[in-house]
Amino acid sequence: MQHDDVIWDIIGNQQFCSFKVKTKSQGFCRNEYNITGLCNRSSCPLANSQYATIREEKGQCFLYMKVIERAAFPAKMWEKVKLSKNYEKALEQIDENLIYWPRFIRHKCKQRFTKITQYLIRMRKLVLKRQRKLVPLSRKVERREKRKEEKALIAAQLDNAIEKELLERLKQGTYGDIYNFPVHAFDRALEQQDEESEEEEEEEEEEEEEDEEDVGKREFVEEEVEESDLSDFEDMNKLRTSSDEEQDDEEEESSEEEEEEMEVEMKAKALRSKGKSPANGSVARKKRAYVEIEYEQETEPATKSRATS
Amino acid sequence: MDITEVPVSEDSEGKKKKNKKPKMKSKAGNGEAEKKKKQQQEVVVVENMEKSEPAFPPSFSVSEIKNKQRRHFMFMKLKQEKRKQKMQLKKKKKKEREALGDKAPPKEVPKTIENQRVYDETVVDPEDEEVAFDEGTDEFSAYFNGLTNPKVLITTSDRPRGRTVRFCEQLATVIPNAHVYYRRGLALKRVIPQCIARDFTYLIVINEDRKVPNGMVLCHLPDGPTAHFKRRGKDPTEHSPEVILNNFTTRLGHSIGRLFAALFPQDPQFVGRQVATFHNQRDFIFFRFHRYIFKNEKRVGIQELGPRFTLKLRSLQKGTFDSKFGEYEWVLKRHEMDACRRKFQL
Repeated sequence: MQHDDVIWDIIGNQQFCSFKVKTKSQGFCRNEYNITGLCNRSSCPLANSQYATIREEKGQCFLYMKVIERAAFPAKMWEKVKLSKNYEKALEQIDENLIYWPRFIRHKCKQRFTKITQYLIRMRKLVLKRQRKLVPLSRKVERREKRKEEKALIAAQLDNAIEKELLERLKQGTYGDIYNFPVHAFDRALEQQDEESEEEEEEEEEEEEEDEEDVGKREFVEEEVEESDLSDFEDMNKLRTSSDEEQDDEEEESSEEEEEEMEVEMKAKALRSKGKSPANGSVARKKRAYVEIEYEQETEPATKSRATS
Repeated sequence: MDITEVPVSEDSEGKKKKNKKPKMKSKAGNGEAEKKKKQQQEVVVVENMEKSEPAFPPSFSVSEIKNKQRRHFMFMKLKQEKRKQKMQLKKKKKKEREALGDKAPPKEVPKTIENQRVYDETVVDPEDEEVAFDEGTDEFSAYFNGLTNPKVLITTSDRPRGRTVRFCEQLATVIPNAHVYYRRGLALKRVIPQCIARDFTYLIVINEDRKVPNGMVLCHLPDGPTAHFKRRGKDPTEHSPEVILNNFTTRLGHSIGRLFAALFPQDPQFVGRQVATFHNQRDFIFFRFHRYIFKNEKRVGIQELGPRFTLKLRSLQKGTFDSKFGEYEWVLKRHEMDACRRKFQL
C-alpha cells in the first residue's frame, strides 16, 4: 500500500533519505526523477504516488509519468513519452498528457522543459564558437624536457657562437666600410685564415702601406708636411713620437687612429641610436663591454595548460 | 696456473663476484644455486686474483642475487672494479703519450651528442637544387625576393596577465614594425582575414597558462604555414636588427629558419648594431637579442638586451591557423621521437 504521508514522514523529516543533500539554507534532492531538484513534500518522487518529470537524453526530451496503479510494478512504473522538438508542440503535448493532473506538477514540468530546451540551445551555439581544448602536461615529461633544455643550452655556447658568427660576417665584408681596422691586424688575420676577400684586403693593404711609406719618407721635410696635409694629425703625432722603427710608428698610429675613429663612431652612434640604448651610455660600453647573464630558478608545477584552437 | 680452463680477458662484463666470494660465504649460509657456481669458480678466482685480471664472465649477473643488501653490495663492488680499470687504462695511456712526446697520436675527440647524431636524410645540402627550387616557390619567396615588407601582429590568448603583456611589449621592441593588439575573446579564424586585408604578413599569438606565457603560434599570413611552439623564458632601439640563424640543418629546420627570417625586414641596419639570434641546439631554439661592438677585428663584445626565451617546435601546419581541418606537415610525437637520444628533427 502506498502511504505517501507515512513515507514522507520517514524520509523527509525524521530519518534518512539517501537522495537528500542538506545545506545550511535548503535541502536538495538528488533523485533523477525529481522535477525541481529541491527536497520538498510536493517534489519528492518517492513520497508522491502520482508524479511527472521531464528528462533529457542526448538532446531529446521525454515526459515521464508515474501513477499509483503501477506502484506495484517497479519495472513499469514510469511511463515515457517522447516530446516533439518543436517547443510549442511539446508544450501542448505536456498539457495533453497531464490534463487532469495537479496544477503544481503541470507547471513545474513546463518550467523544467523550458529550462532544458534553453540549455540545449546554448550547447549547440557553443559548439560553433571557439572551443578551448585543455592539453594536459605530464610532469615527468616536463621535467625531462627542462633538463634536456639545460643541457642543450650548455652545449650551445650561445655567446661564442654569436661572436663567431659576427666575426665571420665582418670578415666576409657584409658590413662594408663601417668598421675600419688597420693593416697590421689584417695581415695577421690573413695569415691565419684564407678568406675569399683576400684580394680586396691585399689591395687595401698595399694602398695603406704605400701611404705609410710615403709618410715615412716625408719625415725629412717637416715644414712641407705641416702646410700641405690637413688630415695628418696622425702624421704629426707620428713624427713627434719616434722615428726609429716603422713598426712602432705604425702601431701607435694605428692604435691612435683606431681610438679616434672609435670615439667618433661611438659619439655618432650615441647620437643616432634612440630608444633602447642601455643606461650606461656609450662611454661605459667603450671602456668595457660586458655580457649580462641573469640566472633565475623557476619552478613550474605544471599540470594543465590551455591551448586555443 | 689455471685449475679450470677459463679464458681470461681484459674486460669484465659485470661478473665480479670474485673478491668478495670467500667473505660472502662466511657471512651468510644460503642454499642458492649461485653458491655452486661460485664455489666452482672460487678456485679460479683465487688464482686470478694474483694476476688481477678478471675471469671471463660466467652466466652470473648481479641481478640474480635475491638479497637486496648483498646485491647492492656486489653491484658496488662491480662498479669499483670498473672504475679502477678505467683509471688504470687512463694512466697507461697517459704514460704512453708522455713517453712518445711529439710523436704521440693526436688527442681523441670526445663524443658528444652532436657528434653522434643519427644520420638524418633530410639534412639540407647547401647546393641542393630541389631544395633551392622549393624555396624559390614556397610561401616565403615573396619575402625573400624583396616584394613584401614584414608587418607583424602580436596578440595573446584571452585575458593576458602582466607577464604576458610585458613579453608582448618586449617582442614588439625587438621586431621592427610590430603591433600589439589585445585579444578580447576574438576567434582567430575571424581575425586572420582581417589581418590579411590590412596587409599584415605575420600573426604571433602568445599563449598563456597560469599567468605565464608558455606557447607561441607563428602564422605567416597570406596562406603561410603555421608553427606552434612551446616556450620557456624569463622576463627583457628601433633599428632593424640583423638575424642570425644557427644550426637549422634539416629540411624542416630550413623551413622553420625561413619562418623566423621572414619576421624581420630584409635590410638590416648595421648602424644599429643589434642582432637577433635564433640558435637551434638539439631541437631547442634559443632566442637572444644582443647589441654588439667590434673592439678589433678579432674580438667582439656583446651585451644582451631584450627578452630571451627558448622555443620547442610542436607542430607545423600548412596554411593559416586551422587546428581542426588543417593539414599538418609535422607534429611532435613524443613517444617516437624521444626514443633515441641522438636523433633530432630540426
